[in-house]
Amino acid sequence: MNVSLFIPCLVDQFFPSVGINLVKILRKAGVSVDYPRAQTCCGQPAFNSGYHEEAIQLARRFLEVFGEAETIVSPSGSCTSMVKVFYPEILQDPDLRRQLREVTGRTYEFSDFLVNVMGIKDLGATFPHRVTYHDACHLFRELGVHRAPRELIRHVRAIELVEMENSDACCGFGGTFSVKFPEISTAMAQDKSAAILKTEAEYVVANDSSCLMQIGGYLSRQGLPIKPLHLADLLGENL
Amino acid sequence: MNRTPSQFKILASENVADRRLRRTFQSATSHALGQRAQSVQLVPEWEDLRERAHRIKEEAVENLDFYLEKLEASVIRRGGRVFWARDASEASSYVVDLCRRLQASTVVKSKSMAAEEIGLTDALEAAGVEPVETDLGEFIIQVAGETPSHIIAPALHMTRQQIGSLFHEKFGIPYTDVPAELCAFARQRLRREFLSARLGISGVNFAAADTGTIAIVENEGNARLCTSLPRVHLAIMGLEKVIPRFSDLPLFLRLLARSSTGQRQTSYVSMISGPRREGEWDGPEEFHLVLLDNGRSDILADPRVRRSLYCIRCGACLNTCPIYQRVGGHSYGSVYSGPIGSVLTPLFQGLEVAKDLPFASSLCGSCSNICPVKIDLHHQLLWLREKLVSGRATPWQERLAMSLFAAGMKDPALYRMGSALLRLLLRVSGRTDRPFTVPGWSPTRDFPALAATSFKQWWEDNRQPGEGP
Repeated sequence: MNVSLFIPCLVDQFFPSVGINLVKILRKAGVSVDYPRAQTCCGQPAFNSGYHEEAIQLARRFLEVFGEAETIVSPSGSCTSMVKVFYPEILQDPDLRRQLREVTGRTYEFSDFLVNVMGIKDLGATFPHRVTYHDACHLFRELGVHRAPRELIRHVRAIELVEMENSDACCGFGGTFSVKFPEISTAMAQDKSAAILKTEAEYVVANDSSCLMQIGGYLSRQGLPIKPLHLADLLGENL
Repeated sequence: MNRTPSQFKILASENVADRRLRRTFQSATSHALGQRAQSVQLVPEWEDLRERAHRIKEEAVENLDFYLEKLEASVIRRGGRVFWARDASEASSYVVDLCRRLQASTVVKSKSMAAEEIGLTDALEAAGVEPVETDLGEFIIQVAGETPSHIIAPALHMTRQQIGSLFHEKFGIPYTDVPAELCAFARQRLRREFLSARLGISGVNFAAADTGTIAIVENEGNARLCTSLPRVHLAIMGLEKVIPRFSDLPLFLRLLARSSTGQRQTSYVSMISGPRREGEWDGPEEFHLVLLDNGRSDILADPRVRRSLYCIRCGACLNTCPIYQRVGGHSYGSVYSGPIGSVLTPLFQGLEVAKDLPFASSLCGSCSNICPVKIDLHHQLLWLREKLVSGRATPWQERLAMSLFAAGMKDPALYRMGSALLRLLLRVSGRTDRPFTVPGWSPTRDFPALAATSFKQWWEDNRQPGEGP
């Protein structure tokens, strides 16, 4: 199987290890990996802020770049939702819509891909730590993925997964929401951190770098020792 | 206290910093969510019910003219009168005129969001009529001179201690914060109002077009009294409350009770089909139904936001909303708060006066997820954002930034160049490892540093032979 990586711009610029580890994981899973270098951003920042015209331009580009890809895999529930859920809302051109329907059917968030497409739950990683898992909003509610990441975590050797209260409550990131309403966004991060703290976990794991940036940014500012960790980093670093 | 939706940012930052208020809202909403979850769990076909309700609402809203005229005909056939109110002032004038004809100096009123929306009690007071709120929550906020902070629990923002002090101050009764005692006092006080009022005003939860029946759900019995004791009953409803058939009612009653309070059924469900008829023992002599437009036709005209008219006002989206939970209902500056308020208020009052509301969401989607009639609330918010942008109501700096963003992201060469340039600048200024300072973000959270090597660069350096460029 040939997989084309769809790497969020945030990961590309700030958290490249997530992409690198995803490459490692996919190679271990026995698929051939390709990274279409013309890719940039799915356009979600523009779309979420109401700039649909700009978002449509980037949606068209996405189709140009990934139109021929056999399978598309991304380490982000949010960017995957942009393609699968929100592109269909803004693209009106019938030809593009037809092409989009084909492409979205082959686009997956990476944990969903591993567990539900490849049937892989155990990659052979070892991680002797206590972790808790945060359900990122888009992954959980737009894509309905919540079992797959937990399956992958449970199969890691020596790991202990402790569920937090309201694991599906939003961390408060929300794109530009986080800077347009900093007080509310921070209050949400505060409550999320309290729920994480209660589990006495060493790591908070999620499948979206944006949530981890928000949670991690708040935790480190508070001087709290819990570390944010992307599931791809957890699995890939410890193979 | 006159709040407007344009003050959302200020009110929200004040309220989120108010620890007592935040605790009140968070514990009340989480209690309500818990009750809801328990009762929904007992209905295995819940998802199916939501889907059916969505389709029926779709049918009603897509054929609103047809079903409203049918409702009108049914009500008239049953001996009732129907008034079509284009806006708040037409609706209020109709009620005031009715009071004059009846020479009513006081009217009893049960809970109605439509009446709140048009400021009916203010209009009555201005005309010299005393409106008496008979729903306990509404009674409390009326005494306090407040506005509702929740669609179904208007006094949610107040603790029982505050209510105890309020009653003590306003009515001179000994202080108590025992809910049963406070309730007993209000009940006693209201009873004589019920007996003397000539006009009772109620809202409408559902109106069945085929039979002309209005259904009202409540837990206190006050709406039953408002609609049966006074000589005349006037009910006011937003146009979207019509449902096609009486037989659709049980489905909506199940969804509404479980979604709002977690009850299987509310204590009272009144179904009223016109005034008292010959041979009947009780009930009012006249029945008036006010059909309120007040901006709803404009919402109907825009298919992208039309689904907001499916709302049955259960309040579940407020309870589950992480923003509402932390800023409370008053921050929204309107009678409708939470996600549905963020959708309806800009549509009712104008995008320009409520332009922060569509953005007051992290788009987490829990509102759409919980909605018993499956309104895609966060998608509706996204459409409103688009309306603001295409109406050029967003700041020019943001518009410029977004077009630069799109231009840069559209061109991979530009993107690569920008990425390299940024790293070069950071290296030259010796700030490679230092995190960015981002306005709005950095005061409370650390922002990550740019990675020394982007993933793109890593891929170019490390791709294995045979792997695509």
